[in-house]
Amino acid sequence: MSTATQTVKKKKDAGRDENSGRSVGAGKGILIIEIIVVIMCLLWLIPTIGLFIASIRPRSESNSNGWWNVFANPTQITIDNYREVLTTGAIPMGQAFVNSIAVAVPATVIPILIAAFAAYVFTFMKFPGRDALFILIVGLLVVPNQVAFVPLSIIFQQMGINGQFATVWLAHAGFGMPLALYILRNYMASLPKSVVESAEIDGASHWKTFWQLIIPMSTPALASFAIFQFLWVWNDLLVALIFLGQGDNAVLTIAVAGLLGSRGENWHLVTAGAFVSMIMPLIVFFALQRYFVRGLTSGAVKG
Amino acid sequence: MVEKLGLALGAVVIGVVGAVALFWLLNKACEMLPRKWENRLKPYALILPAFAVIGIFLLYPAVETVMSSFRKGSYGRLGRWVGFDNYRRLFTDPDFINTLINNVLWIIVAPALIVAMGLGVAVLVDKLNARGEKIAKSIIFLPMAISMVGASTIWNLVFAWKPEGQPQIGLFNQIVVWFGGAPQTWLQIDMFRFNTFLLMMVYVWTQVGYSMVLLSSALKAVPEDTIEAGRIDGATEGKIFFRIILPQAWPTVITVFITVLIGVMKVFDIVYAMTNGNYTTNVLGNAFYGALFKAGDPGTASAIVVILIVAIIPVLIYQVRQFRIQEANS
Repeated sequence: MSTATQTVKKKKDAGRDENSGRSVGAGKGILIIEIIVVIMCLLWLIPTIGLFIASIRPRSESNSNGWWNVFANPTQITIDNYREVLTTGAIPMGQAFVNSIAVAVPATVIPILIAAFAAYVFTFMKFPGRDALFILIVGLLVVPNQVAFVPLSIIFQQMGINGQFATVWLAHAGFGMPLALYILRNYMASLPKSVVESAEIDGASHWKTFWQLIIPMSTPALASFAIFQFLWVWNDLLVALIFLGQGDNAVLTIAVAGLLGSRGENWHLVTAGAFVSMIMPLIVFFALQRYFVRGLTSGAVKG
Repeated sequence: MVEKLGLALGAVVIGVVGAVALFWLLNKACEMLPRKWENRLKPYALILPAFAVIGIFLLYPAVETVMSSFRKGSYGRLGRWVGFDNYRRLFTDPDFINTLINNVLWIIVAPALIVAMGLGVAVLVDKLNARGEKIAKSIIFLPMAISMVGASTIWNLVFAWKPEGQPQIGLFNQIVVWFGGAPQTWLQIDMFRFNTFLLMMVYVWTQVGYSMVLLSSALKAVPEDTIEAGRIDGATEGKIFFRIILPQAWPTVITVFITVLIGVMKVFDIVYAMTNGNYTTNVLGNAFYGALFKAGDPGTASAIVVILIVAIIPVLIYQVRQFRIQEANS
C-alpha cells in the first residue's frame, strides 16, 4: 500500500503531462483500443443504469419485464417507488438514511484528532519503542475487523448498549485508527523537516507547532482520510449488522440487504432502495473526486 | 429523526471538544513535571489515546477471540473450555470444507484477475486522449464508491430469473433467450463452482478501478528515456512493455496484489447479500457471521476468525517486512 501511495506522489512530483499518451504513431491501433475501452465502459455502466431505470419504472412494469423495455415506452416514469421505499417497509429507507448519517459523521470525526496527535508524535518526536510501536500499527492494518466482534458483541450485550449508535462510533474509531495513523504519519514524514526544526529553534512548543504548522499543512491527508473513513463507514455492512442489527437504528446497507433478502422479487423497491443508498457516495465521488481517489487508494487495505 | 441527528451532532461536538481537552490536559500534566521527565513522558502521553482505542477495540478483543475459540458457546454466551473441539467440528464438517475450498478459489482467482485487468485497462486508457482517459477512468473507478451491497443489488438484477416463456427481467437471461437458450437461475448453478465465479466477477467489477488507478500512475512514472532507449534499439512495443515498463512498475503491481488479496480473504458483503452462502458459495467471512448470529455460537465463530488470522499471517509478515525495507531506504 505504501509503495502505492508513493507512486501517486511520485507521479505528481514528476510533473509529467499525465494526459499525453505515450505511444508514437499508433494511428491504426488506436481505433481498436478505443473500441475495447468503450466496451469495457459499457460493461461497467449498463448494470448500474439498468438498476436506476428499474427504480423509476412503475411497479407493474419493473416486476414483469426488463428495464430495457423502457426505451419502447419512455413515458412510463414514476417516483412512486422512492416514495414507497423511503417511508414504508420493515426498515423505511428515509429512517435508514438518517441513521447512516448519524453513524458515519461521528465515526469519521472522532478518530481524526486522536490519530493526528499520535501521527505527529511518531513523525517529529524521538522516544524508545517508537519503531516497534509503529510496526505494530503496520501489522494491524492487515488484521481483519472480525478479530474484535465476538468479545465486543458480548461486552456490549452485557452493558445493555447493543444496538446503540455509540457502539459503532467507538468500534469504527478503533478499527480506523491504525489506518488513520499510518496515512497521517506517512504524509507528515513527507513535510519538510526544516519547518518543524526552525519552529523548535524559535522556541515554539510541540503543542504550538502541532496546531499552527502541522495541522494546516496536513489538510490534504486529513481530507483524504476523512473521505475514506466516511465512505467506508457509510458502505459498511458487517460492523453495522453485528452492533446495530435490524432494529430502529439500522443503516442503509442493512436495509438494502434486508430488501434483497426478503422482498427480492419486488424489484421496484429493491432497486429504488439500492439507489438511495448510493446517492451519498455518488455525490462525494463527483464533488471531491481528487481527494476521493487519493483517499480510497491510500486506504484500500483497511480491514 | 431530529433526535438522532442531534445525538450524532452531540457526539461530534463531545468527540472533538473532548479530544482537544484531553490532549490539553495530557500536555499540561507533562509540562508540570521537571524538564527531563517532561521530554521523556510527553510522547507516550500524546500517543496514549490512540493506543488506548486500539488496545480496547483491537488488541484486547483479538486475544479474547483466540481464547474463546477453545470454549463452548451458545446463545451469545461462552461456556466451558473444550480444547480443540470447535476446530475439530469445523474440519470434519463437509460444508465447512466447501467453504474453505471456496475461499482458496477466491484467493487464487480474484486478486490475479483484478491486477491483470487493472493493468490492461491502465495500458489501454493511456493511449487515449486526455479527455477519453479521464472519462474511462472515472467510469471504471465508480463502483469503488458504492457499497458492496449496492453492487450486489445491481448484479442480482442482471442475474434475475423468470420462468421460460415469461419476459425476462435480468439482462443475462434476456441475452440467453435472444440467442434461443433457456433462462437459468445463475446463482444456483454450483457445478464447478460456477456461481462462486459469478460472485467473484461482481467483486472484480468493484475492484478493477482501484487497481487501474494505482497501476496507471505507476506506468506513467516510468522514466521516458528508458523507453526511448528501447525504441532506439528497435524493440517492439510488446517487448518494451514487458522488458522495460512492467519491471519498473512491478513494486506497485505487488502492492496492489497484496492489498486486493487481503480484501478477498475476508470477503463477506457480496456473498451475504447475493446468495447468503447457499448453493455451495459460502466463504469464511459469511460462515463467521452465520456461526455468531444464526447459530449463536461464539466459540465456533471465534475458531473461524482464528483460521482467517492464521491464513493472513504470511501476508502480515510480508507487509511488515516491506515497510521495514521502505523505511530503511527513505
